[in-house]
Amino acid sequence: MSNTATLQAFTTQVRRDILRMVHRVNSGHPGGSLGCAEFFVVLYQSILKQKLPFQMDGEGEDLFFLSNGHISPVFYSVLARSGYFPVEELNTFRHLNSRLQGHPTTHEGLPGVRIASGSLGQGLSVAIGAALAKKLNGDKHLVYSLHGDGELQEGQNWEALMYASGKKVDNLIATIDYNGQQIDGSTDDVLPMGDLKAKLSAFGWEVVDILKGNDVEAILSGMSEAKSKTGKGKPVAVLLHTVMGNGVDFMMHTHAWHGKAPNDDQLAIGLSQNEVTLGDY
Amino acid sequence: MTNTYINTGSKDTRSGFGAGLEQLGNQNDKVVALCADLTGSLKMEEFRDQHPDRFFQVGIAEANMIGIAAGLTVGGYIPFTGTFANFSTGRVYDQIRQSVAYSGKNVKICASHAGITLGEDGATHQILEDLGLMKMLPGMTVINTCDFNQTKAATIAIAELDGPVYLRFGRPKVPNFTPDNQKFEIGKAVLLTEGTDVTIVATGHLVWEALEAAKTLKEQGISAEVLNIHTIKPLDDDAILSSVVKTGCLVSAEEHNFLGGLGESVARVLALHHPVPQEFVATNDTFGESGTPEQLMEKYGLNAASIEAKAKQVVNRK
Repeated sequence: MSNTATLQAFTTQVRRDILRMVHRVNSGHPGGSLGCAEFFVVLYQSILKQKLPFQMDGEGEDLFFLSNGHISPVFYSVLARSGYFPVEELNTFRHLNSRLQGHPTTHEGLPGVRIASGSLGQGLSVAIGAALAKKLNGDKHLVYSLHGDGELQEGQNWEALMYASGKKVDNLIATIDYNGQQIDGSTDDVLPMGDLKAKLSAFGWEVVDILKGNDVEAILSGMSEAKSKTGKGKPVAVLLHTVMGNGVDFMMHTHAWHGKAPNDDQLAIGLSQNEVTLGDY
Repeated sequence: MTNTYINTGSKDTRSGFGAGLEQLGNQNDKVVALCADLTGSLKMEEFRDQHPDRFFQVGIAEANMIGIAAGLTVGGYIPFTGTFANFSTGRVYDQIRQSVAYSGKNVKICASHAGITLGEDGATHQILEDLGLMKMLPGMTVINTCDFNQTKAATIAIAELDGPVYLRFGRPKVPNFTPDNQKFEIGKAVLLTEGTDVTIVATGHLVWEALEAAKTLKEQGISAEVLNIHTIKPLDDDAILSSVVKTGCLVSAEEHNFLGGLGESVARVLALHHPVPQEFVATNDTFGESGTPEQLMEKYGLNAASIEAKAKQVVNRK
């Protein structure tokens, strides 16, 4: 298989994991998780320079911080399938005594997680801190982060956006899951974001658009472009245009599946649209 | 054991923080400092000037400051954040809760201008709730120092503790009476005067006031034992209990609301292990207001006279 086909097959399996995890515990957030499946797969399979076993300090490797922690199902699936912890552990998602808490945390010692997230708007500041530490340590590796678009309604992000450009934190690539949806409806209905690209540019960031945010080749080339813009005095933002619920037809283009689990019939339909590739856990 | 403590020259506790941070900067290159536009007020200029690469001016953006500090720990650094106590706690409670405490990050939250003695700026800048906010966070160590020397020693000591710390100090010049170059033991109360009739447990600026009260009480035939509780969490239960076993009653004294403060933590220890009468020197569920530190301490009952009166009350309740 070509690299692209391999990544696509990997993504199909991740979609199955997401659906099965959320269905089993009848809770969790499938919509945003499905929308970011390709991004996570490309990030962990092709972009991040990682070292295993997991070390918290991340010295000599690229770091990733998930700010919109509610899309934990896709994060957990990709971490497990990238070798951070046993794939079987996905069975414990949101169960009592699990390392796979509803929202990611360092508290239970899950490999691959470096900060707790869930309460929105905090991850960009944390990523900036980690990027500053890399500079102090003379470590040339990069820091990546992911944020929801609705999450940008939290004011702390704008403090962080101002800081990163003002202080030339140029070893940071912050990606925004630009799906236009949030819990109560579209971002335009809930609180219009305006021209996000213009806002980020005005805040002094380099901005890269990935218009096909669910296409692995587009993500590969967009992230490569983003990487080429690092180290030049500006932080880099990626607007990843995704479709919430991607890959499961009845979950697509709606906020309805932001935080709702499929029932047995819906699971069956979703799985039928995503054949087993790497093997179910 | 002497009953007389000498003020070697009044200084502000925040300057003790600045001096401690300066020393840390020179002896530990993993120590970094962040400030939200209050470098002068926090006395962080020496660190800033001597270690510009390890000093981060974040502007008036405390939430971002806490998050950046959490991120810096990932790369192995020990961040000390500095701003007023109000903006160090209430303003950024959720950032501290999720990105620092729950995430188990080694961030030292250093808070000046705590309590009512910030003075003329009034209630928007004073905070009398911060000890409660911070002590409720699982894993958070909470320290409130009493003078310049102790604040300097505590600043140096907390760099050695792997975990989040809230270090609280203040603005006004207060008597400096604890030993120079002391070793600061986190979680260990300091017995200042021995006594048999009443235990006074005090923290922060109220420690000196407690010593003054003990002196006056002694003249009136009441023997007070004074404990300096610089660490509110973890609390030195043993030191408190061995004192009240002897005295049979206790006064707690703090520049903080009685709700959520030192007194409540002490009351729990007494209730569980050795119930004896307790009186509280603390603010009574109120905001502060403008005034000089001395005027405010008097109006809100946070001085030696108040401690003396409560001590007499509690002795009578035995």
